[in-house]
Amino acid sequence: MSNNPTAALELSGLSFTYPCGRQILEDVSFTVQPGTVCGLFGPNGSGKSTLFRCCLGLLSGAAGSIRINGEDARTFEAKELARRVAYVPQESQIRFPFLVRELVAMGRTPHLRGIFGPSRADHRIITEAMEKAGVAAFAETPCTELSGGQRQLVALAKALAQDARIMLLDEPASALDFSNQILIWQTLRSIAAKGVAVLVCTHDPNHILWFCDQVAVLHKGRLLATGPCAETLTPELLHTLYDVPLEISRPNGFTMIHPAEL
Amino acid sequence: MHKSAYPQKEFSPEELETLRAKRRVRRIISILVLCALLVIAAMAGLFAGSYALSLADIQAVFAKRLFGSASVDVPKVAEVVIWQIRMPRLILAAVSGMALAVAGVAYQGCFRNPLVEPFILGASSGAACGAALSMLFPLLFAQTQLTAFAFALGGVALSSWLARSRGHTPPVSLVLSGIIVGALFMAAVGIMKYLANDAELREITFWMLGGFHHAGWSDAFAVSALTFPSALVIWALAWKLNLLALGDDESRSLGVNPSQLRRILLFFATLAAASCVASAGIIAWVGLMAPHAARLLFGADHRWLVPASGLLGATYLLFCDYLARTLTGAEIPIGILSATVGAPFLLWLIRVKGRELYVE
Repeated sequence: MSNNPTAALELSGLSFTYPCGRQILEDVSFTVQPGTVCGLFGPNGSGKSTLFRCCLGLLSGAAGSIRINGEDARTFEAKELARRVAYVPQESQIRFPFLVRELVAMGRTPHLRGIFGPSRADHRIITEAMEKAGVAAFAETPCTELSGGQRQLVALAKALAQDARIMLLDEPASALDFSNQILIWQTLRSIAAKGVAVLVCTHDPNHILWFCDQVAVLHKGRLLATGPCAETLTPELLHTLYDVPLEISRPNGFTMIHPAEL
Repeated sequence: MHKSAYPQKEFSPEELETLRAKRRVRRIISILVLCALLVIAAMAGLFAGSYALSLADIQAVFAKRLFGSASVDVPKVAEVVIWQIRMPRLILAAVSGMALAVAGVAYQGCFRNPLVEPFILGASSGAACGAALSMLFPLLFAQTQLTAFAFALGGVALSSWLARSRGHTPPVSLVLSGIIVGALFMAAVGIMKYLANDAELREITFWMLGGFHHAGWSDAFAVSALTFPSALVIWALAWKLNLLALGDDESRSLGVNPSQLRRILLFFATLAAASCVASAGIIAWVGLMAPHAARLLFGADHRWLVPASGLLGATYLLFCDYLARTLTGAEIPIGILSATVGAPFLLWLIRVKGRELYVE
């Protein structure tokens, strides 16, 4: 396996088996370059979340290697890893009425020096992150009063405040309405434009075609295919994944995946 | 949502900074108001009681005791009432309130649940069992407070040990084992009550209702010595306690070790709560209510919540102790008062403010 020093995130031969013997990931290898958005695609139970948890250091005992900017991720301490990899979960599990600013400020934790929270400089970064994610207007609003979509944008702002070069997002758009989905994806594009490597789990193949540079397709714990989106997501591949007749059409040169009987 | 919770306009970074600074000032003022309330409650407590004191008496006793100036002549009775009876009692009440309230914040934060209180892992039932043992078998357990303290810590340790499986201590199993340990200890207390003679039964019952009537300087010192350092540790960990609200995966992805953090926080919170239960008996509700009231004023940020809750808890128990001594000719046990005042307040809080405060 050749080392790829330019890759922000490089997985090679990643396998994970639970102590009970159930194998979740088997020999998964792909890379995410800085400044690109990579879609992680696959049906439920294909091992996407496990892959994320391995990258975040939440699961230990995986075989194979995870390299971050060419360095083995397992040599990093938790705080060091948190400075390099930010994570946005599928749905925020937050309890208690934290203000949006307080919540976004939590993203600064791996950079804090003292014990007592963010400095003035940190607060400038926090404000910037809220503005990029479009939640600055809610800065002083308790997160308990926000809608699901707004909360998801706040979670994105928190990850932005973390200022990591790699961002992992677990189905960030799945619970949102159409306009918020587009908003999230466009924000991700502009984050990638700043040189961040973005890896996004999603269930919508069209989102991948529209917003991602590259796709990695997981199926039953194995990497089925990886590469540029339009060439990789073929009707045959989708048929293997879902067993439902799907078609890819290009009206006006625009790629679209839809059910065959439509 | 009835009120328009969402600001309509966009803010510039400078305006956002101003908003943050204003909120900070508001919170500092609120903390100062709480300090003032605490002082007022302490003064009221100093004056209240069957022996009437004048301001001059109090000034003279404080001058003599604190600065050693014996120039003024103080009536002997006044000095005993102020320095031997009321002062240690006030300090014990205030510090106990602070201990329970800060422990309550830490427990609620650790379990990510606003309904948790510091006795949920068996500290109070453990202490009750220890106290009952020492009342029944004074030769074996000579020191009631020490026995109660040891049993309170033992109860929590037992819950933690029972909840541990394969190197992990999930919060849900911890709550369950706490309930089990609590039930076992209370059954033991039941057996002892059944075996006790009338005088012992009365003693056990009164102990379990809580009270500061026996308070002396040694109690006040012992509880303070354990509570203040514990509260400081919890306050120092307040930022990380915030992160626990995100859930374990997210807090770990921010570089924090949630299980280790919970162990440290629960240890110090238990230490503070156990010390005050051991010396004042079971005082319900403070540890549940003070954090809620503080959250209403300061939001969820534990950097503010820990001191605010501590101040509110101290003031609240001083107030209850004032009522305990003044409402009737005889003294009302503090546990009864803290619950009768506290329960309706909590009901109001949950009915009226619950929606704003918590994610369902």
